[in-house]
Parts: sequence; structure tokens; C-alpha cells
Amino acid sequence: MSSHDNTQDHHHGDAAGHDHTTFQPDLKEPTEDWEFLEIALRELLIEKDILSSREIQDEIEAWENKSPEGGAKIVARAWTDDAYRQRLLADGNAAVGELGFTVEALKLVALENTDKLHHMIVCTLCSCYPRPLLGVPPLWYKSREYRSRTVREPRAVLKEFGTELPVTTEVRVVDSTADCRYLVIPRRPNGTEGLSETALAELVSRDSMIGTAEAFGLGGKRNTL
Amino acid sequence: MTDRAISDLGGLTGGPIDISEHQPTLSERRIDAMMMLLRKKPQAFWVTDENRRTIESLEPKAYEESAYYERWVLAIRALLIEKSVLGEAEIEAKLAEVRARPAGYTREDQR
Repeated sequence: MSSHDNTQDHHHGDAAGHDHTTFQPDLKEPTEDWEFLEIALRELLIEKDILSSREIQDEIEAWENKSPEGGAKIVARAWTDDAYRQRLLADGNAAVGELGFTVEALKLVALENTDKLHHMIVCTLCSCYPRPLLGVPPLWYKSREYRSRTVREPRAVLKEFGTELPVTTEVRVVDSTADCRYLVIPRRPNGTEGLSETALAELVSRDSMIGTAEAFGLGGKRNTL
Repeated sequence: MTDRAISDLGGLTGGPIDISEHQPTLSERRIDAMMMLLRKKPQAFWVTDENRRTIESLEPKAYEESAYYERWVLAIRALLIEKSVLGEAEIEAKLAEVRARPAGYTREDQR
């Protein structure tokens, strides 16, 4: 059993003795009503040829390929190319399109953080988020606490993320909707003048584009990419 | 307490935010994928506003106590019935069959 000591409750449907040279988490058996419901709906949709397993798998992979690295590229371009930055602020959809991103059927608004003004994004009503640019939202973004408190006490919320701004910086919270999404352009850290666009993109964390943190190098601490 | 919609959380008080990161489970990924696919298929069974409306019309207790993707899968169920894609009886029958599977066989590895 020694090789299994660090795995959890290990049981397989197939008893065939395959060896475990690689460690892969076991699929948890469903326990919740809604997990059973997911299986039932999926199997019915597949039986009726409305969806296929392949399509679902491809969709899951497409989601996994969308990550904050997309948004970071856009921010790094805005930091290095002033004309691009202005186009991005004027028409978010068109400017991200220049870099190959599409934000379908939604208005995309880019908001620039400065020494005087800091933006942060929330969706108080649900979980609207710029998925094509940042991937799937973190769980906290969808939490009751973040949704309720961010518009009530944004500085207290920022503090929980380790972000403390001078009192002279105005904090502006923007509430996303089903039809309009926001992307925060964080402040560019000082001393990064010589960096390439690729190196700059690495300073742009997911949270800095939501506005709960600043870019790395500016006291942005949470590495959440 | 003001009379507000269950989803209208902006401005309410609350405890500390759990800022830990979570990897979505396979069930959650599949629910997300199904929702996206059913919305974007050529026949687009529904639009975003309809699934929001469905989630927001859950019973307050169900909305409060449900996990995020639990609300989504409940919305998918409701919309599939509303759009006559699936019938309530066949969903219940399938659900009973899935639940009756022996442990280890509940999740068929579909290829």
C-alpha cells in the first residue's frame, strides 16, 4: 500500500491492474443531487443527438485554453503602444480584435488605472466577466460576499486582496452586465521601460485586470495566473 | 429588509471573501460546456438573458443555498423543459437510472 498512501480513497471501476506510474486525481463519485442531474441531462442530450461527447470535450478544452494571458497581452500592448492604448479606450471590441480576440455580442470597455483613479470590476447581479480575455472567473468573483460588498466598501474588499491604495486615489467600481464587460488596464510599474512586450505581459496578473490587485512590481502580490 | 430580487446583492453586508483558488470539478466543467453549447448551437435553444431569468426565478431558498453550478444545471433543466427539448418525466426516469448505478459506474467514461 505504500505507493498509495498519499492518494485519497482509491477505487476504480476497472479492476484491471494498471500500474500507477503517473499520479492523476481520481474522479470523485457524484454525491450531490445536481451532480446526478448533470449526468442525466448530458446523457439524454447525447442520446437524442442534440450534443455529442466530443463537442462537450472540445468545449471544455476551449475553455481551458482561454486564460488571463489573453488579457495580459492586450494590456502589455496598451502599455507599449500609445496609439493602441487610445484605440483600446475608445473602442474595446475593435482594439482587442486587432490582436485576434473576439468578445461576441457584448460591448467591451477598457478602463485605465492611474495614480488618481483605480477601477475594479464586479457583477453584483450574477457573474458577468470578460471570459474571452480572462478565462473562467475565479470562485470569489461569483461569491455572495464579493458581489455584495464590493460596491459598498471597495477599499475594505481591496484590503482583503492585499491591495491598499492611497486615500488620494479615487476608487471606482464598475458593475458588469449581461451586455457590457470591462477590462481594467492596471498601472504600468515604474522601472519597466526597457522590458519587452512579452516580459511586460508577465507582470499583468488576472487580478490586476479585475482591479482587485495592481500589476506585479507595483505591490500586486497575488500570483493567480 | 428591503424587498429586492434574490440576485440583487449589490450593497448588502457580508463576511470576509474566501479568496482561495479552486479548480473546477469535472461536473462543473461539463455544466459550463453544456450551457455554452446549448446557447451557441445553430438552433440556439436559448439566449443568455433566458438563463439569467431562469436562475433569478429560482426559489429564494434554492438560490441562496445552491452552489454556483448547481444553479446553472437547474437552469439548464428548466429551460430544456420549457423549450420542449426534454420532458420532465424522461429526465426523472433517467435520473433514477443514474442514481441506481453501482458505485464506480455512475460516471461512464464517454469516448
